[in-house]
Amino acid sequence: MTSLSPAATTSTPSARSRVSATDARRPAPRPRPRPGRWLREHLVVFFGALGLLYLFVPIFVVVLFSFNQPTGRFNYTWVRFSTNAWAHPCAVSGMCDSLLVSIKIGVLATLTATLLGTLAAFALGRHRFRGRAVTNVLIFLPMATPEVVAGSSLLTLFINIGVPLGQLTIFIAHVMFCVSFVIVTVKARLAGMDPRLEQAAMDLYANRTQTFLRVTLPLVLPGIVAAALLSFSLSFDDFIITNFNSGSTVTFPMFVWGAYQRALPVQVNVIGTAMLLITLVVVGGGLLLRRRRPAAGRR
Amino acid sequence: MSVAAAGVGISSVERTGGPDGPVRGAGPDSAGPVGSRRLTPYFLLLPALLALVVFYVLPTLTLASTSLQTGDLQQGYSITWHWATYGDVLTQYWPQFLRSFAYAAAATLFALLIAYPLAYTIARRAGRWRNVLLALVVAPFFTSFLIRTLAWRQILADQGWVVSIMKSTGLMSVTDWLGLTSGRLLATPVAVVLGLTYNFLPFMTLPLYTSLEKIDPALLQASGDLYANAWQGFWRVTWPLSLPGVVGGTLLTFIPAAGDFVNQQFLGSVSETMTGNVIDSLALTQRDYPSAAAMSLVLMVAIVVLVTVYVRRSGTDELV
Repeated sequence: MTSLSPAATTSTPSARSRVSATDARRPAPRPRPRPGRWLREHLVVFFGALGLLYLFVPIFVVVLFSFNQPTGRFNYTWVRFSTNAWAHPCAVSGMCDSLLVSIKIGVLATLTATLLGTLAAFALGRHRFRGRAVTNVLIFLPMATPEVVAGSSLLTLFINIGVPLGQLTIFIAHVMFCVSFVIVTVKARLAGMDPRLEQAAMDLYANRTQTFLRVTLPLVLPGIVAAALLSFSLSFDDFIITNFNSGSTVTFPMFVWGAYQRALPVQVNVIGTAMLLITLVVVGGGLLLRRRRPAAGRR
Repeated sequence: MSVAAAGVGISSVERTGGPDGPVRGAGPDSAGPVGSRRLTPYFLLLPALLALVVFYVLPTLTLASTSLQTGDLQQGYSITWHWATYGDVLTQYWPQFLRSFAYAAAATLFALLIAYPLAYTIARRAGRWRNVLLALVVAPFFTSFLIRTLAWRQILADQGWVVSIMKSTGLMSVTDWLGLTSGRLLATPVAVVLGLTYNFLPFMTLPLYTSLEKIDPALLQASGDLYANAWQGFWRVTWPLSLPGVVGGTLLTFIPAAGDFVNQQFLGSVSETMTGNVIDSLALTQRDYPSAAAMSLVLMVAIVVLVTVYVRRSGTDELV
């Protein structure tokens, strides 16, 4: 950065005289980078790359060991390459059932949380009313509560009022922690929207409903979709809160938790890898869409 | 827990300027006659608020009442204002509380050290690769949390390559001497802190990225014009302006790390448990609900106090 400014070059007189001797017309001469300087400027990128590498270390292991053919009950040491687990992902008893339970609860919780959260986000983003501050605190609190506390407190509620633990209680717990994330995501999208677009629509004789359906909703939709995807991934991957409220229901994370104590099949890695691939496809598709069609509502 | 949540949560809190911030883009309704739609926001909020009150506020109250109950599974529980549960829990489990906060603090520090260069690189040096790199930061966290942590268990295993490299280079004898390891990595605090650092890293990276990205590069140029070198430019311009991200990121890392028990279960030793392990076993194995409730409340209160002090100290009150 400093190399762009004329003042910085005065601190290296030799560089300045050399450059001005060769080309005096250039207004802001750039001093030739010295190796020490180059290193300093790129050190941060080096550490950033190391950080990114750290993020991917266990992912390599998960993907690699999905092609393993272990000898024992635990998939911990590499034996030989095999696509057996990919060919028979449901060969492990109970795993695919648990996946279906997770998907079912995830979809239902996402739909509910997205609906409730979007309505609330419109109230907060589009209206001034008494009690806004309290409402914001109430929305922020579940996100700031450690999961053990949220899980155990819901458990005490269900026990006290006598609700049997199962899919219903997991669904309730998931809606509870997803709603806040939906509200902040959709609210952020609303806040980033240009209000003049709606004003323009109304200037062009669109009534409230038309403005909402044809201007507001399409602009907010990416935020709603992002919130729904976030909800699903939160719900699908939740272990700690589910652990407290599942009773005898086994979701996929609960299955992995149990498997870690009994036997860890390769298929668990297959599902982990598949989840990563699906995410990459969705995220990559989203990036491509955004590149091709720059949304009017972007900040 | 996921991930993108972290960035979304914090950035939106900042963007809207906190609870009492201005309502930007007040939209069509602000143009309407005052008072005609006064009840609309309440109708819109009602379902979500009802859900939060019934399934967040009410459970917190039952948690408090459960912690003061006595009884057993057969006879049922009743409130007896048995405050002694808190004393029992604190005298019996204070090492777990200390360990939770120490591990969470260490993990938060390491996450900050790793995430800052990463967020800086993405925000300032990545150019048009920015979104791709952001997606790459988040992507690993869409394989299941438990599977990721099990992968670390595999990497740090006694026969794994990390331990063998540490042994052959003599690094292990140094860390053994320092008391960090004991001839192995698994079942040591090092492994647990490493797992916590890893699992909550995006919660640190995304808020940092959001605040670093907002800094006007012209400010850094100006500091250069005023004869600041690169280090001074960072320390006196970039770092202070990135503080909201630092505060947000540390909170989003510390809070879940202090309550986590999965990393401890998979990577730590049986004798060095954290608060989360105790609550889990009290509630689900021993069915001692009053003690579990008391533990949860103590953890919650401790975190709220720590967070309040920290936010006050760092002078970024507007964050929450």
